[in-house]
Amino acid sequence: MDIFLQQLINGLVLGSIYALVALGYTMVYGILELINFAHGEVTMIGAMVALSVIGLLLGAMPELPGILVVLAGVLVAIPACMLLGYAIEKIAYRPLRKAPRLAPLITAIGVSIILQNVAMLVWGRQYVSFPRILPEGRHEIWGAHITDLQIFIVVLSLSVMASLWLLVQRTRLGRAMRATAQSKEVAALMGVNVDKVISATFLIGSAIAAIAGVMVSAYYGLAHYYMGFLLGLKAFSAAVLGGIGNIAGAMLGGMLLGMIEALGAGYIGDLTGGFLGSHYQDVFAFFVLILVLVFRPSGLLGERVASRA
Amino acid sequence: MADLLEVTGVTKQFGGLAALEAVTLSVGKGEIYGLIGPNGAGKTTLFNCMTGLYSVTAGRILLDGAPVHNRKPHEIVRRGFARTFQNIRLFANMTALENVMVGGHIRSRAGILGAILRNPRTRAEEAQLRRKASELMEFVGLRGKGRTLAGHLAYGDQRRLEIARALATEPKLLALDEPVAGMNPAERRQMSDLFRRLRDSGITLLLIEHDVKLVMGLCDRVAVLDYGRKIAEGGPESVQQDRAVIEAYLGVDEGTG
Repeated sequence: MDIFLQQLINGLVLGSIYALVALGYTMVYGILELINFAHGEVTMIGAMVALSVIGLLLGAMPELPGILVVLAGVLVAIPACMLLGYAIEKIAYRPLRKAPRLAPLITAIGVSIILQNVAMLVWGRQYVSFPRILPEGRHEIWGAHITDLQIFIVVLSLSVMASLWLLVQRTRLGRAMRATAQSKEVAALMGVNVDKVISATFLIGSAIAAIAGVMVSAYYGLAHYYMGFLLGLKAFSAAVLGGIGNIAGAMLGGMLLGMIEALGAGYIGDLTGGFLGSHYQDVFAFFVLILVLVFRPSGLLGERVASRA
Repeated sequence: MADLLEVTGVTKQFGGLAALEAVTLSVGKGEIYGLIGPNGAGKTTLFNCMTGLYSVTAGRILLDGAPVHNRKPHEIVRRGFARTFQNIRLFANMTALENVMVGGHIRSRAGILGAILRNPRTRAEEAQLRRKASELMEFVGLRGKGRTLAGHLAYGDQRRLEIARALATEPKLLALDEPVAGMNPAERRQMSDLFRRLRDSGITLLLIEHDVKLVMGLCDRVAVLDYGRKIAEGGPESVQQDRAVIEAYLGVDEGTG
């Protein structure tokens, strides 16, 4: 029971992060029907920028409280990622808006590779470690442990998701985004500036990615120029699981995927008699992706793709 | 009467095919102007050129004296040109009221920061947008249906909602693409009344319609398109008696229309 609970907690934390990254995939897909493969790299850049700022601050003012240092890192990473996301859309995707769908997809993969290599040049091939400056309290509940950081990640992630939900459902921009997602053409004919809405979508998605990037590097204690690749693929799987294009779906899919992965990692050893160990945890995301694509391609909350036309 | 819309020599080619050939027409302020013609005559193509969905190959379109051809759709809407669609194109997954509110965006200001910070001005503007949208819903006869998903409304109500949404952009000129298609005679009469009320409130109407009787009863002037050319223009009676028109359209349609 305590292993189950423990893995559930771990899954919740992991899922919170996946959900945030998945939101970026799903919002862009919802509006452009483009899988923005560079989104994982935006997350990675967020982590790297934050770590650089944290490193600088620690060097300059070592007496500063850890939380403030990390907060400063996040506050720099967010605009940096927003700028990056905005530029990616403007430079790499906008000129291809009317091109066949395969063209921007290939461009997205290209952007992703470019960003990885730029990050490698800037931050090196080594793992960059996240300094241990955050509070490390541990709490016990029914035999399982949860750390301050874990609680913080889940709470922050839930509040980001709630804010996004309110933004999309209750505000003028959100309405314009939903209208644009249903039909760019009609939205434009009703006076919505579609280019602005698309830019705003990338700005918001990238800001959330920056937060997720800092979370994931704080959680694992490190960052790496290649980290965006696997994280991005998993978040994409989560978005597909929830129904790509559907914002609530991305939140649900992210959470579920995190739990599936954590529980899978916790029990795979027992299930296979020790033949496979917990390092196979990455398999689960893609196993789920395959199952969803085979049995319910529209995802848990998604509508039939055909009905969107 | 000053002309609100001036279309001069508009040509639209798709590859080698000319969908519109040197179409010239002008719509005066406060008119109800009908655009008729057989299927494939280029009526909707002309609408699409006017509203910025298509670029024009040649010619110019002036709205209130300012060129609107080859501009972006949202800029043309801002200048006061709104439209509805032949095949209803609502935001089906949004509520009826939200559909109308989207139309009102162009006349409100709040940017992305306002949306996130929700300052008092943004809230006031949002409330104003909502109030205006409800009024428009009531005006077109959709009172009490604001919370219904647009896709769940009855067919006639969807047509009305499209009009309310277009009105929310506060147009000087409202272009209606077959607004009574698929409606029964009683509904058609209601819609005619609605169009007259719109005209009386100061909005100029440009109407594509197949229902010749409705067009003739409602419109001040009519233009007839056939194979992308304007073959006649004038008052309903004179157009009805025009030989070219009878051959191209009315004559063929007499038995079925």
